[in-house]
Amino acid sequence: MKNKKWWLCAFVFCLMLATLSPLASSSPDGLESVAEEKGFVDMSASSPFSVIADYMFPGIHNEALATILAGWIGTTLLFALVFGVTWLITRVRKSKLSPG
Amino acid sequence: MHIPDGFLNAGTLAGTAVVSAGGIANAVRVVGKKFGEKQVPLMGILAAFVFAAQMLNFPIMGGTSGHFMGAALCAVLLGPWAAVIVFTLVLMAQCFIFQDGGMLALGANIFNMGIVGGLGSYAIYRLGLKVFGVSLRSKMAMGYIAAWFSVVLAATACALELAISGVSPLGGVLTAMVGVHAIIGLVEGAITVAALVLIRSTRADLLELQETEVCI
Repeated sequence: MKNKKWWLCAFVFCLMLATLSPLASSSPDGLESVAEEKGFVDMSASSPFSVIADYMFPGIHNEALATILAGWIGTTLLFALVFGVTWLITRVRKSKLSPG
Repeated sequence: MHIPDGFLNAGTLAGTAVVSAGGIANAVRVVGKKFGEKQVPLMGILAAFVFAAQMLNFPIMGGTSGHFMGAALCAVLLGPWAAVIVFTLVLMAQCFIFQDGGMLALGANIFNMGIVGGLGSYAIYRLGLKVFGVSLRSKMAMGYIAAWFSVVLAATACALELAISGVSPLGGVLTAMVGVHAIIGLVEGAITVAALVLIRSTRADLLELQETEVCI
């Protein structure tokens, strides 16, 4: 498969995974359930602010849609962010090695 | 296993944050020196995959769920320091945008999943290839084992931090954390191998990136 097409397919695959997010189990995860069992779950402090808290885009009443939207935003953001930061790191390093 | 704020004490938060900062600095150095145009898009894809897959909690026994972590997949494909970069940015986004994992606990979460998960699973993977050879079969088997260990080692680190913080006695919290994550790790291994097989069948060259160009 051609280079560019592969990256695009891989990214679309990730978006499709994010689209499945409403099907995810809402049971407590490993750490949460251990915290419940051992009785320290109430020590957890919630964040002083919320942007897309609990992976639900705010203001959308349909929970599945709010979750999918949060998933798409996060997936796209992480691709762009990590691509950008890694590109920057490799570039800065190279320009330092060979100035001008 | 994103630790929220309120669980760990100041000393544990500071200690893990300092180690994570050192790890990130070294990761930036290694990635800057060894990565080029082939690795940059794969880093982005891995981050997108880790984020999306971490949303997909699957049920395990006893009303508990688990999700894919991804540190071993990153480490096997691009080396442990790539895993540290990917996890630092994924955990930052999850913390600041999605309110998953505490802000004060960010250093501890990067330490557990990125540094312990990434470096630990990579060490086991390389050791396995040394012992069993670099055939495709041993790579896939070691990918599975390394992925299982990435989750169990991260859970162990998390349990140690909880015990050091005086939240819960070590014996109980360690047994419980390792017990649950030993099961989650079985799924982690399966997803990691499935991803490696999928990548190999479409872009086999990407599997060789880490071996030829990035060691440590």
